[in-house]
Amino acid sequence: MAQVALRNIVKTFDKTPAVQGIDLDIADREFIVLVGPSGCGKSTTLRMIAGLEEATSGEIYIGDQLVNDVPPKDLDIAMVFQNYALYPHMTVFENMSFGLRLKKFPKAEIKERVQGAARILDITELLDRRPKQLSGGQRQRVAMGRAIVRNPKVFLFDEPLSNLDAKLRVQMRTEIKKIHQKVTTTTVYVTHDQVEAMTLADRVVIMNAGRIDQIGSPHEVYHSPKTQFVAGFIGSPTMNMLPCRLVENGSRLTVRLSDWLSLPVPPSRVARYRARVGKELTFGLRPEHIIEGRGDVPPGAAAFEAPLDVVEPMGMETMVYFIVDGVEVCGRVNPAAAGRVGESMRLVADLNQMHLIDPHTQMVI
Amino acid sequence: MTTAIADAGHTPGVRYGSISQGRRRTLYWSYFFLILFVIVFLTPPVYMFITSLKSSAEISAASNPWWVYNPTLSNYADLLTQKTYLIFFRNSAVVSLCVVTITMLISVLAAFSPRMKFWGSATLATGVFLAYLIPDTLVFIPLFKTFAFIHDKRGIELINHWWVLIILLPTLTVPFCTWIMIGYFASIPKELDEAALIDGAVYPDADKIFIPVALPGIIAAMIFCFTVSWANFLYGLAFTTSADQLTLPVGIVTTLIRGDVYAWGQIMTGALLGAAPPLIIYAFLMDYYIAGLTAGATKG
Repeated sequence: MAQVALRNIVKTFDKTPAVQGIDLDIADREFIVLVGPSGCGKSTTLRMIAGLEEATSGEIYIGDQLVNDVPPKDLDIAMVFQNYALYPHMTVFENMSFGLRLKKFPKAEIKERVQGAARILDITELLDRRPKQLSGGQRQRVAMGRAIVRNPKVFLFDEPLSNLDAKLRVQMRTEIKKIHQKVTTTTVYVTHDQVEAMTLADRVVIMNAGRIDQIGSPHEVYHSPKTQFVAGFIGSPTMNMLPCRLVENGSRLTVRLSDWLSLPVPPSRVARYRARVGKELTFGLRPEHIIEGRGDVPPGAAAFEAPLDVVEPMGMETMVYFIVDGVEVCGRVNPAAAGRVGESMRLVADLNQMHLIDPHTQMVI
Repeated sequence: MTTAIADAGHTPGVRYGSISQGRRRTLYWSYFFLILFVIVFLTPPVYMFITSLKSSAEISAASNPWWVYNPTLSNYADLLTQKTYLIFFRNSAVVSLCVVTITMLISVLAAFSPRMKFWGSATLATGVFLAYLIPDTLVFIPLFKTFAFIHDKRGIELINHWWVLIILLPTLTVPFCTWIMIGYFASIPKELDEAALIDGAVYPDADKIFIPVALPGIIAAMIFCFTVSWANFLYGLAFTTSADQLTLPVGIVTTLIRGDVYAWGQIMTGALLGAAPPLIIYAFLMDYYIAGLTAGATKG
């Protein structure tokens, strides 16, 4: 049980910067997910916490101890690797107990701990097998078991589900969540999958090009992204982003997207955006905030007609696409209300959920 | 067997796809070449075995060379009671075992080094391979000169001692063994080392994780190393001359051919007995040689 703190961490590989100054405080028992595209430095950050990479500069604390120069064996952490890294010549029991045996735990306690972890993970009947006799999901469980028996201060997960097929991945995601609820150890989890990040994390850390773009609860990063990158990275399908110009109409503001489409800014946002009148900006709105228009338009929303370009039925909802000045825009409508390709459809945009992004700073205004 | 099943399924007049036909043709050709290969390579040992059971009189007689009319074990008895032959055998055994030990100590460490990715490790690995490309026929005269130089300067006599082969043969075995083990070690995922480190092992986690996982590669290199040093002829011929300093391949040729008199029966027997140790080693370690212990370490 311990908190983890990173202070201005920098990592450079042969003059190529991988991590460029990261500050992060992880509370005791917190589940933190580092998420970002490949090459954003998330794995490097994790490996520095694990002691597998040396930080070029900055400080790493686990508990109250500065651990920059502490070798992994003295760190009291456990790590689950993407490719499991099970010891092929050992049985599952030996794999899970390896760390305890190195630390000279009494035999009875080793057995008790391994069986305890095996029960949590439901792999009791696999203890005598070797890794090559196991399926991918079972290997993943053993790798987690090897981490759990150590009862470490911190769990580190490096893309643990990336090698599993889609169905198993969803299953194991739930398992990891359950296990964390049972063992409540401070966890740092690295993934490139934003769904994993959203479902597992207490707080999500979104990394981009070696820097942290935003730290926040899944709700925060989804609904109040701080940068264009976060707005585009989190959410599927991704947020619609269109170039726009902010126009003043007396006391009201309008977002002008094209000759045929202008949307009114809701009164609650007017003060926030007024300074940007006349500027070129980027308008962002998630697909679920563009829905079919039926009956009255709620306050803060705006109705418009758009010719449909593509219609994608997904079952519980239908995606409709239309073009605004060469940019494809996606809306998420009730299947019963969806129009047909080529026909015009009445849609409602909920502008209470809109974002305006400064294209120069890439920051959300 | 596969072809038999495919044939049984045929209905007259129906032509099946080119895949099964192509497969069958490939099989026929592979069997043809395999059998050819086996014949070419097994004929000499078989001939050696037949000849070793013949007396000198029968060998020189104009009878069918592929048949033994009066089998005798006298060649075996003669050789195994000859002190010189036993000395050759001992020299070869001691030299080979020492060379294997020295080579493995150097090569395992050398092959492990590129895994640590230190500065210059890749260049070092290439250098090791280049060293292997230089044939022994090219270096034995310079080596001889070097030894003579050492003798002139320091008075240390390195020529005509069986143990000098223990110094010489690793120049052949170390580069190749290092090279094949670099390849094998590279196939062992780095995460295994890292997992062991995090579990509390000390780098490098040699005894518990790395060596057991790398064992098939190490054993393959050991087998190769033993075969090379056991069978080496050139260095033995060039650097040793006295009968009690010779190794088996050189000893057989130099002592059993007297002038233009070839003791064929004993030569064949000696060679056959000399080929036994590598054969026995292969038979015992073949499973290790083939077994891929790493299967299942990571996503298979």
